[in-house]
Amino acid sequence: MEPIWLSIRLAIITTIFLLIIGIPIAYWLSRKQTIFKIIIEAFITMPLVLPPSVLGFYLLLAFSPNNGLGKWLHQYFDLQLVFSFKGLVFASIIYSLPFMVSPIKAAFSHLPRSLAEASYVMGKSKLKTFFYVLLPNVKPSIFTAAVLTFAHTLGEFGVVLMIGGNIPGETKVASIAIYDAVETMDYHSANSYALVLFAITFIIVITVFLINRNAIKSPFE
Amino acid sequence: MIKIAIGKKIDGRYGNFELKVNTAFNLNAITRIAGPSGIGKTTLLKIIAGLVLPDSGTVSVENVLWFDQISGFSKKVQDRQIGFVFQDYALFPNMTVEKHLKFGTDDESFITHLLELGEMTQLKNRLPKQLSGGQQQRLAILRALSTKPKLLLMDEPFAALDQELKSRLITKLSHFFDEQQTTVILVTHQDDQFIDYNSYSFELKGIGD
Repeated sequence: MEPIWLSIRLAIITTIFLLIIGIPIAYWLSRKQTIFKIIIEAFITMPLVLPPSVLGFYLLLAFSPNNGLGKWLHQYFDLQLVFSFKGLVFASIIYSLPFMVSPIKAAFSHLPRSLAEASYVMGKSKLKTFFYVLLPNVKPSIFTAAVLTFAHTLGEFGVVLMIGGNIPGETKVASIAIYDAVETMDYHSANSYALVLFAITFIIVITVFLINRNAIKSPFE
Repeated sequence: MIKIAIGKKIDGRYGNFELKVNTAFNLNAITRIAGPSGIGKTTLLKIIAGLVLPDSGTVSVENVLWFDQISGFSKKVQDRQIGFVFQDYALFPNMTVEKHLKFGTDDESFITHLLELGEMTQLKNRLPKQLSGGQQQRLAILRALSTKPKLLLMDEPFAALDQELKSRLITKLSHFFDEQQTTVILVTHQDDQFIDYNSYSFELKGIGD
């Protein structure tokens, strides 16, 4: 069951990182639109439509110790991102970014402007307004976004295959293990991995629906 | 005196026009802004609050500049010591009635006083979604009072209240304003308010294009 644990670990770490960076990005994007922001948002959304292998291919080139970024990381931080768990975390953050940012950004945009204004006229700073007024009122979307990010990272395949390969205990996550098992005709192992992934995903989706059962809209809209 | 001499282009649902205001409001008094829908009454209140910036002109309070388009100066909203009652109430969905008031003041006895003034003591643990329209509107007023603002701006503050409750509230508010020396500017369609208090009326007229 090592690949399953590796997948879960990857998903948890990615979700935590994305919560930290995704919420401020979502808030920033939800404010006044500029051409610059639209371009940034397009980049963030790209992994949603791009074949994972394309993303994986470019990340492989970027992380390669022979090229600029990878060389620099290797030289100054002794960090090797290709064929390593750290690299998977980094790639997953980029790959799952739209799943964290989009729902939270939509929630921030839907808050009436007057909510923040009411706080400002009461003398509250932008920071205090953000933490006491805006953030608490997008909590359900943050939860949905975190769950989507977790589930999406859990099911990641193409990107992992491109930059992580198939190193047991390091980069051999559940989806890779299934593929690997089928390749070697080991249908029994493939089935046990697949069944566990299926069950986990189903429980996640059920939980989201249960928690949002009073909401008018489907939580995945 | 609050002196306002501004121009602001408005593209609203009533078409595009330029709001031009050149007037002065008395301090420690209640001024009612009247005028037809879409003439820019809400925009004028927001300009005084600093939530909307005019395209030209100046706003000053007691000869202190709050806004000057030429020098590009605008006093921070947070530093204006104002209260604002929004037309859509703008209540915080995550906060109970009492928490709304605590967001404005730490003074427990003042909070108790406000709850009594708005007849909301029994409702203090409720969230906005558990309140009726009239209760929400009263909370919006109480929240605006919680910071003891020097200048209170109210946009249609009594529209959801029934006649009896409204007149009770107005009497209590009149005392409150008198006590706190609050300057009040409010937008309303009705003309039955604060008649016996130090009150004025200002008719906003449109200059269409």
